[in-house]
Amino acid sequence: MSTTSKVVRLGELARTRSGDKGNRSNIGVVAMDARAYSWLDQHLTEAAVAAFFAPMGVGKVTRYPIPGLLAFNFVIDRALAGGASRSCRIDTQGKALGVVMLELPIPDPRTEEHSP
Amino acid sequence: MPIKPAPLTIGNGAGFWGDNLDAPVTLAREGEIDVLTLEYLAELTMAILAHLREKSPRAGYIDDFPRLLATLAPILAEKPGLTIVTNAGGLNPLWCARHCGTVLDQAGLGGIGLAAATGDDVRSHVPSWLRAGVDLSHQETGEPMTAAIAERLTAANVYLGARSIVDALAAGARIVATGRVADASLTVGPAVARFGWAWDDWDRLAAATVAGHLIECGAQATGGLSHQWADLPDLAGVGYPMVTIDANGRSIVSKPPGTGGKVDLGTVTEQLLYEIDDPACYRTPDVDADFTGITLDQVGVDRVRVSDARGRERPASLKLVAVYRDGWTASGMLAVVGRDAEAKARAAGRIVLERVRRAGYDLADSLVECLGAGDVAPGVVKPTSPPFEVVLRITVRDPSKAAVERFCRELAPLVTAGPPGIAGYAAGRPIARAAFGYWPALVPRGLAESQVRVESRSAAEWARMPEPPTP
Repeated sequence: MSTTSKVVRLGELARTRSGDKGNRSNIGVVAMDARAYSWLDQHLTEAAVAAFFAPMGVGKVTRYPIPGLLAFNFVIDRALAGGASRSCRIDTQGKALGVVMLELPIPDPRTEEHSP
Repeated sequence: MPIKPAPLTIGNGAGFWGDNLDAPVTLAREGEIDVLTLEYLAELTMAILAHLREKSPRAGYIDDFPRLLATLAPILAEKPGLTIVTNAGGLNPLWCARHCGTVLDQAGLGGIGLAAATGDDVRSHVPSWLRAGVDLSHQETGEPMTAAIAERLTAANVYLGARSIVDALAAGARIVATGRVADASLTVGPAVARFGWAWDDWDRLAAATVAGHLIECGAQATGGLSHQWADLPDLAGVGYPMVTIDANGRSIVSKPPGTGGKVDLGTVTEQLLYEIDDPACYRTPDVDADFTGITLDQVGVDRVRVSDARGRERPASLKLVAVYRDGWTASGMLAVVGRDAEAKARAAGRIVLERVRRAGYDLADSLVECLGAGDVAPGVVKPTSPPFEVVLRITVRDPSKAAVERFCRELAPLVTAGPPGIAGYAAGRPIARAAFGYWPALVPRGLAESQVRVESRSAAEWARMPEPPTP
């Protein structure tokens, strides 16, 4: 069991790219290496992503793993306040959401590895 | 043994309407490409084209494209093997082709084969489909389409696949202008035409679909949006992507020599994930492509090999996107400075909206954003210290144009009546714009495909044509 609660930003373990389809946004997450991928496989869950974006009032979050590319695709329903044609927000197309997601806190893999 | 056809190199010189104007010229001149594709149609672009078509039945296509052809004419003359495939036809492929014919004829290239593919525009059929009980429920919300929405449609287009492009190329066209065709199909069409793949050769169709998906957004595959942005060479002169596809469907992504940006595992992997849903089922009218087994290998400088895409039988339905008039919108921005910048900006936003309310307008939707204070993804990441300056952005939306126009008048009075430290009034009043609703649905394939037509003739014949029928 870990005795530490240290966290890192997702941005220290992965890169992201985001966009829109209607009122949904998808965020592609590419892990920096195989170790980061398996760590994120455990910790970057649908629930963690849904909780992170909850203040925006998003709907269901679906995670699709692509292990061969060390990547995940997250599809987030109701992420865009109506989508490109009707949203009042400046980011009607989810262009910024990937970079925002880099701030998602993940347990620090270095401290956890050394825990008993 | 028959000789295998040589690999086909396709370069995409536009990822949206308004993209870099010299990228297609660089690709055509320096890229050693067989096919230049130009992808202009985003979801919102159809709403803009619909608006233009309402003003003139001769408009509604991407008029940047015929203008670009004038620039490309000397290269087309010099490189007789170069083909162009584009969805520039938008909501009016016939008028687009006629305009292109005139441009090419004037450039002395009247003999070039030029085709327009139509049939994606199904707006006139939607009311009768609804009456006949065709299910046009909203793909995301499940709501049924109502007659009230059907009456307000400004555009309704079915995403078509690669077949009309293959037919046009078989008919001898060197330039093909389509309407709404799935982005990746612009690449699948020339590949099928070159290699003669069967329409149920799912793995190869999937491989070409992946290649098309990787290049469809232009510079996004070659360094645009990359996390490596600060280290990439010459993004001002970024090279647009090329893909060389072989007869088995394997492809290599690259860019023209001497251009900026980069093609590596990072840029290609990130773009592979761009705007997809289930990666095991990237759905186009041509095939359901499975990305999950794809292998990427860096095989040289700015060269990434893409292999092992798999395909399954194409879907029985086609995606319809309808756009309907949905009121008016306007947005205004001001800069707000000071230790209490955020509080002042929010107060100014409240004042503006309150004045619209007191003028008798109950706006259907409004939003005050303090950009710089964490409002781009509202509430998700808070700034660590109070920002000294923020951009106040106020946006409204309402069925009534008068209500939105009243809002447009209410920002300027802040110059004397608002909190201190607000700048940016010189930009002038916001302008009320038409707003559109977006309605994605599925339609049975046969219903839409029965409308598809390809018209191919020489550029000179297009130029001499009497006015084509208006859509």
